Amino acid sequence: MIGVELSKLFRRPRTWLTLVLLDALPTVVAILLATTHLGPRPGQGPAFLSAVLTNGSLFAVAALAIVLPLFLPIAVAVVAGESVAGEAQSGTLRYLLIRPIGRTKLLVAKLISVFAFVMAAVVLVAGTGFVVGRLLLGHQPLSAAVSSVSGSQLTPAQIAFRTLLAVGYVGVSMLGVAAMALFLSTLTDSAQSATLGALAFLIGSSLLLTLDAATSLQPYLPTRYWLSFVDLFRDPMLLRNVERGIGLQAVYVAILLGAAWANFVTKDIKS
Amino acid sequence: MIRTEGLTKRFRSVSAVSGLDLDVRAHDIYGFLGANGSGKTTTVRMLLGLVLATSGSIEVLGHQMPKAASTVLPRVGALVEGPAFYGHLSGQANLAIFDACGPAGSRRTRSARIHEMLDTVGLSEVGRRPVKAYSLGMRQRLGLAAALMRAPELLILDEPTNGLDPQGIHEIRRLLLELNRLGTTIFLSSHLLAEVEQLCTRVGVIDRGRLVVQDSLANLQAPTGRTMLSTPEVATAMAILNGRVVSSDGPRLIVQGADPAELNALLVGHGVRVDELGPERRSLEQVVLELTAARSDNTERP
Repeated sequence: MIGVELSKLFRRPRTWLTLVLLDALPTVVAILLATTHLGPRPGQGPAFLSAVLTNGSLFAVAALAIVLPLFLPIAVAVVAGESVAGEAQSGTLRYLLIRPIGRTKLLVAKLISVFAFVMAAVVLVAGTGFVVGRLLLGHQPLSAAVSSVSGSQLTPAQIAFRTLLAVGYVGVSMLGVAAMALFLSTLTDSAQSATLGALAFLIGSSLLLTLDAATSLQPYLPTRYWLSFVDLFRDPMLLRNVERGIGLQAVYVAILLGAAWANFVTKDIKS
Repeated sequence: MIRTEGLTKRFRSVSAVSGLDLDVRAHDIYGFLGANGSGKTTTVRMLLGLVLATSGSIEVLGHQMPKAASTVLPRVGALVEGPAFYGHLSGQANLAIFDACGPAGSRRTRSARIHEMLDTVGLSEVGRRPVKAYSLGMRQRLGLAAALMRAPELLILDEPTNGLDPQGIHEIRRLLLELNRLGTTIFLSSHLLAEVEQLCTRVGVIDRGRLVVQDSLANLQAPTGRTMLSTPEVATAMAILNGRVVSSDGPRLIVQGADPAELNALLVGHGVRVDELGPERRSLEQVVLELTAARSDNTERP
């Protein structure tokens, strides 16, 4: 069943188009940086963008930072919002359920395929960032040391390891949105509504983060620790916020998936 | 094969189906007749465990539904409210996906079974084309192929000939009769009286959520004890049959008495020519209209 879901996801032309578009933005940024050499001053603009002009290897992380605030969550919300509601919309949901597939099993398969999409997207963005960065930006040899965010030097092995951690962390950060979109996807028969609902949740969270009056709420907002992967490039690594971020996502995922499950297994399938 | 007792479904305060007692026996072709919105599709969905009943019990193939869905449904093929597929994939790929979902679809024999099914429903030439290029009739056939993939013991079909041309309807009817001959029980939900009349052995009629009749087609169409007569000499015939004529419509008379031969002798003895003579039988349409009209009279009276 999981194999079937994965093959359905990756046989869709739209999945690949989404992945290509996700990679397009960082690539455009890299081309602009390479031709103009106008990097943002340190501390401004997306994370790591000032550093990549000297070392292209860092563009893997920079690419993640570029797509993280908006592009990546949109892509995840589209795929997750589609997962159940899309099947309901096209009418295939009823035919899957009478094969029969247990409703819990179907939901788990959908969840795993959404997670696979998230990881594929993050790995692809980081990989593309690395290749584009090496080709277009900062031609330091691969073996050269890199300045950490704290100013000390990191060896290439350390950078590689921390980049992998960052890829994992960004993937985990997307799970809250994915769970929200999946939950909404079981509530409505319209994939678009589920996707837009999840995005509204996200935009609401981002908005409250900029509001001083909402300080007491901020530790619980799903996007609060998204950019904490930057802490992985401090020396030594600052894990406090990363751990909190993972914990927070886990809580959101548990609650929303529980709600999605409770709703879906007792729902009248009228689509 | 299907037995429901007091099956009831309410959507909030609206009751879609109430107190339904269905009884579909093995080897039946059961026609489930009802107007649009009478509760047919809700019933079909409850039989398949898609919609959960408010009260009452459902037994399909001897097991309680939806509790035993995982043992019952692999033995059931169904078409619910029109076929549905992944439009960007080919007909073959769609059948493969549905076959791979749930138990009983052996991977080794899959492609052979798919080809056989496409052949059976007459789609072998277009099996590789994406479904979004299919006509409504072709989708309907593909839906039927998906329902038949596992050689089910029970077929539950909701409006199976929807969108088919007369030729296609004829082919599907032949296919269903053949399957039934080989032992498949068929539950056919339809609003088309003619379709049910031509195909089914037993009929249940649902009207506004309630079953108004459930009987064999032969019983429903049994002779009424009156004789239908057609003659060019209406006036003379009426005079001879004084008092026995129930109604007349042009050259047609409905006469009391179930013996056409006696009537024939009487008329011919008086020199009246007879075009047509036979026991009166009611069409399914008449039966259904009478039953549903009687109900609406009852409900409208305070």
